[in-house]
Amino acid sequence: MSDLEKFRAEVRTWLDENCPVEMRDGDITAEGQCWGGRQWEFQSEVQKIWFERALTKGYTVPTWPKEYGGAGLSGEEAKILDEERQAINARKPLSNFGISMLGPALLAYGTHEQKQQHLTGIARGEIRWCQGYSEPGAGSDLASLKAKCEDKGDHWLINGQKIWTSNADISDWIFCLVRTDFDAPKHQGITFILIDMASEGISVKPIVLISGHSPFCETFFDNVKVPKSYGEGNASVVGEINRGWDVAKNLLVHERGMLGTMSPLRGTTGPENLGKFAAEQIGLDAAGRLDDPALRQSIAQAELDNWAYNLTVERLTDEANAGNGLGAKSSMLKYAASELTKRGTELRMDIEGTTAATIGDDGIEYGSLANNWLYNRAYSILGGTTEVQFNIISKRVLGLPSQ
Amino acid sequence: MPLLLNEEQEMLQDAANGFLTEKAPVAAFRKVRDNKPADGFCRELWLEMAQMGWAGIIVDEEHGGSGFGYVGAGVLAEQMGRNLTASPFFATSVLGATAIQKYGTKKQKDNNLAAISSGEMLFALAVDEGPRHNPARIKFLAKAAGNGFVLSGTKTFVIDGHVADKLIIAARTSGAEGDILGITLFLVDADAPDIMREHTPMVDSRNAANISVDGLEVTGDDILGELGGGYGALEGILSAGRAVLSAEMSGSAQQVFEVTTDYLKEREQFGQKIGSFQGLQHRAAHLATEIEMMKSAVLKSLKDLDQDFENAGMTCSLAKAKTGQIAQLATKEAIQMHGGIGVTDEYDVGLYFKRVHVAQQMFGDAGFHSDRWAKNSGF
Repeated sequence: MSDLEKFRAEVRTWLDENCPVEMRDGDITAEGQCWGGRQWEFQSEVQKIWFERALTKGYTVPTWPKEYGGAGLSGEEAKILDEERQAINARKPLSNFGISMLGPALLAYGTHEQKQQHLTGIARGEIRWCQGYSEPGAGSDLASLKAKCEDKGDHWLINGQKIWTSNADISDWIFCLVRTDFDAPKHQGITFILIDMASEGISVKPIVLISGHSPFCETFFDNVKVPKSYGEGNASVVGEINRGWDVAKNLLVHERGMLGTMSPLRGTTGPENLGKFAAEQIGLDAAGRLDDPALRQSIAQAELDNWAYNLTVERLTDEANAGNGLGAKSSMLKYAASELTKRGTELRMDIEGTTAATIGDDGIEYGSLANNWLYNRAYSILGGTTEVQFNIISKRVLGLPSQ
Repeated sequence: MPLLLNEEQEMLQDAANGFLTEKAPVAAFRKVRDNKPADGFCRELWLEMAQMGWAGIIVDEEHGGSGFGYVGAGVLAEQMGRNLTASPFFATSVLGATAIQKYGTKKQKDNNLAAISSGEMLFALAVDEGPRHNPARIKFLAKAAGNGFVLSGTKTFVIDGHVADKLIIAARTSGAEGDILGITLFLVDADAPDIMREHTPMVDSRNAANISVDGLEVTGDDILGELGGGYGALEGILSAGRAVLSAEMSGSAQQVFEVTTDYLKEREQFGQKIGSFQGLQHRAAHLATEIEMMKSAVLKSLKDLDQDFENAGMTCSLAKAKTGQIAQLATKEAIQMHGGIGVTDEYDVGLYFKRVHVAQQMFGDAGFHSDRWAKNSGF
């Protein structure tokens, strides 16, 4: 038996013995996940048990080094763990932006002390992070951001506004892009800084979207003092001052990777099993075909495209593990995933017709199809619009020239 | 198992790339097109391929093949797609070899597989009877007579039908046109006097034939697979054909796309490289993404054929649906992005456009396969 086969057998046994049956319901909705953080309350005792068992094993962040709370798994081992977890339909023990975005950037750019504090806090589910990137005047043109960060000797002073800060109202810390040099070319005056959301002068206001409720917030910084350091070797700034764009870009690749491989696609709002659902709702004709030929063709096409997309996630992940790296191809996955996600709910809205368009007296119900359909418009905008992904693919994958 | 080529398959890919770019580049295909040899391909080239083990790529080693399986066949087909290589590979080494190896009796295997592997014997599969692929709509009659059958009917678009030594004919032994039951495959000599073959050159400069049979007497020994239950075998052969054809189209799509992006980096208009225009960049980025999706579907279908042949039908449909659309998009965009020279005969992209059109019609286009997928999924 090869080492990987042995590892698979061990993982299978471990999952079998440690994952509670209640956590094997395949729930991948935002509500079903364990997010962690100071304000976190477990939804059930078994959810807590599953989290704690995974934590002991380092499986909340399987690929991170053991000294920072991970299990030190290789990419191939992590894939096996994921496959085995999905094979029994188990939920992830912990998911949040700290794991998928900040963590990988800190691993690449952080000092040992920064990793010690922040990675361990993420791995243990103690600190929930939000992302302070976009500003009202810096959307697709992120590098034009203006949040001002001044050097005041023993501390930094921050003034400005961030927007689209997902879950800012329930997060503990924020990783933030601020401008430390207003005279330098726009990419060269940006600094990447870590800030406690409990700091005086930070205020948060939720944003109501076309879908109603949303995780998005506006975050305001009004004379916020941020310590230069959280301890020996543990600066609040990650990487070099004025070189935060490097860290930011690294993190964006991970964000696109996450958005490109996450599962808004699966489950009830994705393009899987649309045909079956349509058959129940609309019925079949005498030849056994969906009694709506145009819709049938659109659904079949979406299901096939979704299948090809899932295979591409698998193949590109395998390629990345084999050492070729995912790199800018994460933009392809991000683009494809967001378009498919939108198509999935659009088709479902078409299948349910006027029923789905009826919302009742209380407005758009959270978690309803209409809610998802409307919210999904944001997928091809957040994390870099489809057009920004196309720009990245053109330059970084295809090597097309700039104007 | 990773969804990647293994080391051995990568070596095959390198070897195929090296051989074909040297011996059978697009220029060689142009020569075949312009000189119009009766075969429609170059015999010497085919025998050279056979010597390298390509003719018997999926054939077991005990029958003289090289036992590389369908991933191996796909690897070769992809490189042939890149170079527009015309050869009997598809009809003989994929369709013929699959038919015999998967469904033949011991005697049929012994009589045919070694001759396929050596490149001596050419095969053709006769399925369709109209201009659109529809393998259940078979009228071609095999009427029971004494100990055998009498075959009569016509077949269209039989690839390599004009040169084949053996024909595999899907005929009806019972039931009505459109029924899945009652189809039987017959393996017959193509030069029998009761068989008329009309050579039909295609728009992609490849060759097919219309075949009419009038009262050909055959015996039960000429049946390939089950009497009346030939549809299952036909599906298996078609699945293998769809996957390998998809690999060929994928190769063509990748090649024209690379040629096109190179052109975008060189061609100047309005004082700058046209590849710097966002109007073209975004179309190229979209296409690049779709090509990745297509490649995944193709590789998965080939792997499924090797690992679980009987249940690979739907993945093969996925591959054919996806390549049908994306290879067409890639060739159309190639012409458009090249502008004027894209529609000249001198320039290669038009040759890819023609080939991809015929290949996507062959064994079902994207519409056919999404319909098949829907039917299989119960809607």
